[in-house]
Amino acid sequence: MNRKRLTLALSLLLLAAVPLAGSAYYTELVTKVMILAIFAMSLDLLVGYTGLVSLGHAASYGIGAYTLALAAPRYDPASLWVTLAEAVLAAGLASLAVGFFVVRVKGVYFLMVTLAFAQMFHFLFHDTDLGRGSDGISISFRPDASVRGFTPFDLGNSVHAYYFVLVVLLLTYAFLRLLLRSPLGHALRGIKSNEHRMQSLGFPVLRYKLASFTIAGALGGLAGYLSAAQFGFVNPELFGWHQSGNVLLMLILGGLGSLTGGVAGAFVFVAMQELFQALTIHWQLPFGLAIILLVVFLPGGLASLPARLRPPRPEGPFHV
Amino acid sequence: MSEPLLATRALTKRFGGLTANSAVSLDLRKGQVHALLGPNGAGKSTLINLLSGDLPVSSGRILYRDRDITRLGPHQRSRLGIGRSYQKTNIFGPFTAYENCRLAAQSRQPRPWRIFSDAQAVPAVRRAAEAALEAAGLAAVADQPAASLSHGAQRQLEIAMVLATAPEVLLLDEPLAGMGADEAHRMVELLQKLGPDHAMLLVEHDMDAVFAVADVITVMVNGQVLESGPPAQIRASPAVRQAYLGDDDGPPGAEGGAAARPAGSGGRSA
Amino acid sequence: MDFYSLLIQLLNAVQYGLLLFLVASGLTLIFGIMGIINLAHGSFYMIGAYLAFSLASLTGSLLWAVLLGTVLAVALGLFLEWALFSRFYRREHLEQVLLTYGLILVFEELRSLILGNDVHGVAVPAALSASIPLTDTLSYPVYRLFMSGVCLVLAGGLYLLIQRTRVGMMIRAGSSNREMVQSLGLNINLVYRLVFALGVALAALAGMIAAPASSVYPGMGTQVLIICFVVVVIGGIGSVWGALLAALLIGLVDTFGKVFLPSISGLLVYLLMAVILLWRPEGLVKRT
Repeated sequence: MNRKRLTLALSLLLLAAVPLAGSAYYTELVTKVMILAIFAMSLDLLVGYTGLVSLGHAASYGIGAYTLALAAPRYDPASLWVTLAEAVLAAGLASLAVGFFVVRVKGVYFLMVTLAFAQMFHFLFHDTDLGRGSDGISISFRPDASVRGFTPFDLGNSVHAYYFVLVVLLLTYAFLRLLLRSPLGHALRGIKSNEHRMQSLGFPVLRYKLASFTIAGALGGLAGYLSAAQFGFVNPELFGWHQSGNVLLMLILGGLGSLTGGVAGAFVFVAMQELFQALTIHWQLPFGLAIILLVVFLPGGLASLPARLRPPRPEGPFHV
Repeated sequence: MSEPLLATRALTKRFGGLTANSAVSLDLRKGQVHALLGPNGAGKSTLINLLSGDLPVSSGRILYRDRDITRLGPHQRSRLGIGRSYQKTNIFGPFTAYENCRLAAQSRQPRPWRIFSDAQAVPAVRRAAEAALEAAGLAAVADQPAASLSHGAQRQLEIAMVLATAPEVLLLDEPLAGMGADEAHRMVELLQKLGPDHAMLLVEHDMDAVFAVADVITVMVNGQVLESGPPAQIRASPAVRQAYLGDDDGPPGAEGGAAARPAGSGGRSA
Repeated sequence: MDFYSLLIQLLNAVQYGLLLFLVASGLTLIFGIMGIINLAHGSFYMIGAYLAFSLASLTGSLLWAVLLGTVLAVALGLFLEWALFSRFYRREHLEQVLLTYGLILVFEELRSLILGNDVHGVAVPAALSASIPLTDTLSYPVYRLFMSGVCLVLAGGLYLLIQRTRVGMMIRAGSSNREMVQSLGLNINLVYRLVFALGVALAALAGMIAAPASSVYPGMGTQVLIICFVVVVIGGIGSVWGALLAALLIGLVDTFGKVFLPSISGLLVYLLMAVILLWRPEGLVKRT
């Protein structure tokens, strides 16, 4: 336990020290990783703690990002605090609406249905006027952090942006820790372990799953917002299924159901990406092969994770 | 006699062409242990599943305090005060025995959405969980993961979880299944203790246990009620002996305590 | 809308539905029998289309391309089952997701490496390039009828396989229970390998015959996979006939949506899925 805390404290120190190294490239790269880490943690609430494996989490990411792009005035910076709240709210509401349909289905079905709904959002933002077309939208100004004339930091400064994202990451972690400690968090774990029994004990399971889906979506929207603020650009690929697949991949790489696993997974993912991109423009080939080799030859490493779509299967696959 | 807490009226369940329950009407009253007997396939577990809401009914009605609850879902019935245990142990394996019961008690917590409160720090819930563990005789193993408990202890936990939800009606599906003699004895004591304060429906193959605790016995065959009445009536009933036991070796639960088992029940094995 | 326009749209809807069924049936069979959730199934459709494109330019004949391509697809299926999927029958679905996600990346990148990222067309064979005139201005291409015909023949073959053979008994029983299968006197490893190869071949074949009618483009595998998931969700998991029903339904909704509600036609399929989820969360055809 102490050792775990020590590791956490050291990692945090290390993270806090990154901008001190003075490399703008690495400062921005780690900012990106931390945004992905928030995204992965939000998915962990769903997959690792509620047992709902979503392959459509990019929908919330995209909605969060597009909220900034659509809410920002063209010739002025948007208010960071207002648009941030709007993005979280929009992603939460969209997840609530989608969740209403998807929490009814179980197991592998859930994965298929969430993927399909994410694709629906991809269509909405790609093919209708809502998202202003397939080319996406540029955000000319970074959101402005001022409150009543006082400007605590400037997101245009990459070091400021770095620490802002780091603080958001820590706040997200703290929020999820609190949530998991609460009755709701315990109920979600119960649902992951044995949904049927939770129901017969009197828990309105669908409502709990919907709450989990909505909160995960709102936090996914937070991550998407940060990415739009960081890169100043959104396009429909934010909703793409590779985005959903990659965040699930990060979570599995780092370990489900531990929150910090998602953070570690985001680092591993981006490190692998950087490594293979340095080798070849066809980096997805070695990347894909690495994933396959990993899952084929290291089943222990993954099986040791509480990675399951459902309890161990005593019967055939139809009893999903 | 008190008003029935839970009652069924002409309850019928069909699975395709098979009728698992046919026009079953029975009353469960507070302070009464109502045992359900019958050979395997008689529809006893189906009836419990209908009462708990795990299965939808085909026709007929279920009344709780004269209110029609036929269409309510399992969690709604649980919240009304109808608790059930399962024949096949149905617990939260990775959690401790205490957490299993705490979670069960938490379902009765008035404000479950306070997401910044500590689930472990609600006194009423703690007390309910501890009391349930104590009543089921599990206080000593409260901190062990449920999956690591012995089979008998898991069966006790199964009951403890139901008790932690403070139900008025108990639907117990073979609570003694697979228990050793000592454990079974303790369970029977627990059932006797619970009898006066609850309306209990007990499905059980252990005749000794049934005749030790039951106030009313209903015998089911092929999904239908064959006979219903006090233990003495059932013991003496020629119809029961004929249809259910298929022999005339003597009355079920006969003096001397020899465990008369229903034919083809396969004993108590889970 | 007059009769002939309606007829044309109806034929298009059925053709699209049948094509989807070919792809989705493999997905649902592989899931139903082996319990494998295969995200890479759409890649087989993409591979089929690109095989048709390259083999047709190589041999100069679509017929040869399809014949050769089918052989290659079966070989690919047998190889993948032997090398990878056979290790995953008893493993977590999440690991299957990881494996097949990795496979998609590999297939997509290999495609990009070997054939590039351009959109290609495949010529309709001369014998099938005619159109049947319906009115002065309307006509219906023979090739599309041919596509529907091929799909129907394959669906018929699938029907015979499921209704008349011992492997079919297993499919109908909907069981991956090894003892049960062995009691039918089947070599389970062989059955799994063949069913997997069949699924791959059906998806690839769908891609091959679709290539001349649509075009051949990089994202086609993902697109068809997602629609196939919708088919499986609507039809009911593991149910082949549910998949047929759902695929035809989606064909109708998509085709007539494009005619009557062009601005939101892409949404309709998902809305249909949403309605079905509310009405029958387990899909149209529920297995018992």
